[in-house]
Amino acid sequence: MAAPAAMIELTYRDAVREAIRDALRRDKNVFLMGEDVGRYGGCYAVSKGLLAEFGPERIRDTPLSESGFTGAGIGASVAGMRPIVELMTVNFSLLALDQILNTAATVRHMSGNQFGVPLVIRMATGAGRQLAAQHSHSLEGWYAHIPGIKVLAPATLEDARGMLWTALQDPDPVLIFENVMLYNMTGKLAADAGAVDIDKAVVRRSGRDISLITYGGSLWKALDAAIALAGEGIDAEVIDLRSLRPIDDTTIMTSVSKTRRAVIVDEGWRSGSLSAEICTRIIEQAFWELDAPIGRVCSEEVPIPYARHLEIAAIPQVPKIVVAAKIVLGRA
Amino acid sequence: MVEFRMPSLGADMEAGTLVEWLVKPGDRVKRGDVVAVVETQKGAIEIEVFETGQIEQILVGLNSKVSVGTPLARIQTEVIDKADVAVAPAATVAEVPPRALPAVPQPSPPASMVLPVVTAPRVASIARMSPAARRLADMHRVDLATVTGSGPGGAIIRADVERRLVAAPVSAEKKRSTGLNLDAMRTAIAAAMARSKREIPHYYLEHQIDVTPCEQWLTRINASRPPENRMLMAALAAKSVALAARRFTAFNGFYRDGKYEAASAVHLGIAIAIRGGGLAAPALHDADRLPLDELMARMRDLVQRTRAGRIRSSEMADSTITVSSLGERGVETLYGVIYPPQVALVGFGKVVLRPWLVDGAVGPRSVVTITLAADHRVSDGHAGALFLAEIGKLLQESEKL
Amino acid sequence: MTAVTDKPRLSRTHALDLLKQMIRIRRFEDKCAELYTQEKIRGFLHLYDGEEAVAVGVIPVLEKRDRVVATYREHGHALVRGVPMTAALAEMYGKQEGCSRGRGGSMHLFSRATNFYGGNAIVGGGLPLSIGLALADHMRGDDIVTACFFGEGAVAEGEFHETLNLAALWGLPVLFVCENNLYAMGTALALSESETDIQRKAACYRISSEAVDGMDVVAIEAAARRAIHAVRESGKPYFLECRTYRLRAHSMFDAQLYRDKAEVEAWRHKEPIVRFKGWLEASHMIHPDDLARIEAEVDAEIAEAVAFAESGTWEPVEQLTRFTYADSAA
Repeated sequence: MAAPAAMIELTYRDAVREAIRDALRRDKNVFLMGEDVGRYGGCYAVSKGLLAEFGPERIRDTPLSESGFTGAGIGASVAGMRPIVELMTVNFSLLALDQILNTAATVRHMSGNQFGVPLVIRMATGAGRQLAAQHSHSLEGWYAHIPGIKVLAPATLEDARGMLWTALQDPDPVLIFENVMLYNMTGKLAADAGAVDIDKAVVRRSGRDISLITYGGSLWKALDAAIALAGEGIDAEVIDLRSLRPIDDTTIMTSVSKTRRAVIVDEGWRSGSLSAEICTRIIEQAFWELDAPIGRVCSEEVPIPYARHLEIAAIPQVPKIVVAAKIVLGRA
Repeated sequence: MVEFRMPSLGADMEAGTLVEWLVKPGDRVKRGDVVAVVETQKGAIEIEVFETGQIEQILVGLNSKVSVGTPLARIQTEVIDKADVAVAPAATVAEVPPRALPAVPQPSPPASMVLPVVTAPRVASIARMSPAARRLADMHRVDLATVTGSGPGGAIIRADVERRLVAAPVSAEKKRSTGLNLDAMRTAIAAAMARSKREIPHYYLEHQIDVTPCEQWLTRINASRPPENRMLMAALAAKSVALAARRFTAFNGFYRDGKYEAASAVHLGIAIAIRGGGLAAPALHDADRLPLDELMARMRDLVQRTRAGRIRSSEMADSTITVSSLGERGVETLYGVIYPPQVALVGFGKVVLRPWLVDGAVGPRSVVTITLAADHRVSDGHAGALFLAEIGKLLQESEKL
Repeated sequence: MTAVTDKPRLSRTHALDLLKQMIRIRRFEDKCAELYTQEKIRGFLHLYDGEEAVAVGVIPVLEKRDRVVATYREHGHALVRGVPMTAALAEMYGKQEGCSRGRGGSMHLFSRATNFYGGNAIVGGGLPLSIGLALADHMRGDDIVTACFFGEGAVAEGEFHETLNLAALWGLPVLFVCENNLYAMGTALALSESETDIQRKAACYRISSEAVDGMDVVAIEAAARRAIHAVRESGKPYFLECRTYRLRAHSMFDAQLYRDKAEVEAWRHKEPIVRFKGWLEASHMIHPDDLARIEAEVDAEIAEAVAFAESGTWEPVEQLTRFTYADSAA
């Protein structure tokens, strides 16, 4: 057996930066483009130091022109470069929605496979910092609705470090969502951690009684909920979706067939959300295995408010997940 | 000769109204000339002709609304269009072929609708059962192994459990609104009664009981009760039979495979007539142990559910002895037929006012005739008489029931 | 702005070629109109009548390695660029022999072989794409020019301004060709722009610009030669406003309630084919036989394209999801 690699302690932010740095070093066609990625060092300090290391051509500051520079990223990737477009947050990505949907997602199919768009777009997402309604969206579910693109939600250090390179190799557009509450998260990562797959869900915690299915920032809440549930004799399995488009049905159905119960934790608003899609897939594929209706913990149907106690009440939290699990188990 | 047809001008244009002709028969036209004006939902649009020739005939008058493709005029094309020079006839669009929609091949379901095969592990012997079916089966304690599934992939659905509840194979659908299949029930009864008379050597005993004290007691306790909580004679009768059956074990059990087995509990079968000609005798479980009020309530519930077709199979199968009353029907004596594999059936006639000797004097008393039909393989008249006498005694001490 | 080397060579051959290209587009569009009324072509159809000089004047000046981005009114651009007429018409029929496998239709003609990046139904949607293509070439130091065609209606979109700003800021080799035909669908220029002198807007972004008579194919070619040369040499963008007019309606289903017939008729007398033909005749560069020959050749090519499209086949429905992603199974 090979000696285990040395483990280093770092933050999620560091892991993302390492991923970008690694890609820039390995492929000269890779470059990073977005608002304040260069001199400012990145809105979330992800790209701090990269400008000095790689120069202004490859760490390219843009004006506030989401549509313009996202389209430029599309064009550059069509012409053979490998840009990483950074949209500061999913909230501002709405200004680039036309380019993402009507160009990036459609060109391959619409041109009869003559042109593809191997673009990677990274965005911060999620609520929790009291940034109020216009800065707190979780719209991964919206994007996961669109055929022609792929949507990722790295929740762990390994994924923050490893998904980017695989995404850059993909001949189609890949959107990577980084939850804002994860950037400061610290953990240990193998020093030689590298590329990971971008199409499989992973069972983060094995259990027998109920499947907690989630992604992104909510993963850690689900894991904490599992610990709390264990204290009450409930053994929860936690699934990290990792890829929101495509969704790894096999992992989900295998889990639900074992536990026969599921709660989906999704920071998007409940109505028409990704959790609704997963619910439906479970009913389509594992109906006969279920012992109870499926539960969902989503954001409340409100614009995310500023006041701390209201924001906490508006988005998924550990106690809500615990309660939802117990309701599904008939133990509320 | 070529037909000039109403053109399609847009994806959502289905028809247009001709509001102006700019040519008349005899006029010469060339390709690109505007020949008419058509009113559409967007406004008046000039339409051009794509032939060169002479207008021969106008086919559609002004202010006619016609659908796209309708011939509007005939044009005599005198010279061959230059476009046709070096081309096979198939290429000429001067002859407009009938609107041929593309032959759409039979679609196979789009990939997204083909549900992926789940590789989840499954134990082959465990049936798939819908939640609705599962709920019904739980309520009625249906044994899954006896149910055939007709749902997707052989899954058991609610209708399958409903069928199983009527203890007979269902062929035709003649469901009444109660959800009972009376034809199947009648068939089942016929089979059971025939078997009973074929296999069980019945003997019959009869006994008359003064139930005046019962009636008086009932009147007293019912005085302060609302109608829905009133105690009925039927409950007293049931309790008496149940208590007696506990003592006289030869009348409470099953005769199967050549031998008799006394039952450990007394599950009293209550014969209930069903509107439309059905008959069922579901069990009142542990009737000997039930307090009278509760027994009354459960009897009511049993009657109601039986008539609505909502009895559980355990209630159907568990009776250890049956009591039947035709009192309301107006007969004084009932000679019953035992439900196999039971070994006894107690019958109650109607309560009648008779002249009776009480303390040496003759006076009017309420009297009811009870009968016992019993299996002579298990008991004889002597035991039967004691059994009936016990019932009578218990009935007369209603307050102790 | 005038480079001596970029004078158009107006030999008889070249002149006749310019004329033929314009007639070819005009007749093709005419045939498309006819086919549309017969429901052979469906959806939306936007025809280029009156604007032929722009595509014919600019595109032949580009090299094969250069890139072209266009709009939903792109039949003329595609044809001049070298997309086979057969493939273009089959595409409009929706047949899989079409240049986009029948998936795009009239508004989405794509051709990798000729570096033709579509066909775009979103007004202004191609502008960011064009600077992206140019950005790649700029970063790799390749001598490639991207020509981006758009109407004056796109000038109102935010993407127009974002794009011009980025092109100037980063020094990208893009030739922006604004085909100002005075109407954005049914809205006249004066009713939608506070500043109707379009090429001035480019100046605000410090992009070299000029306006040219869009009905004069020779003037356009001359301007295009200057512009493309400038872009190639400087690596910086250039903005060419071509003042033209759309003789037909915005699309087939348009009652043209927003403009006078008299106005259209007036422009019809100075449209590019009429003008150029008149000039050639006056200069004795063209003989009557030439016109007959050109028309016969064009009509024959069109008939061949129609036959090709008519006999084309439908993509099997089972392949519907193919090429949603690069590795979609058939």
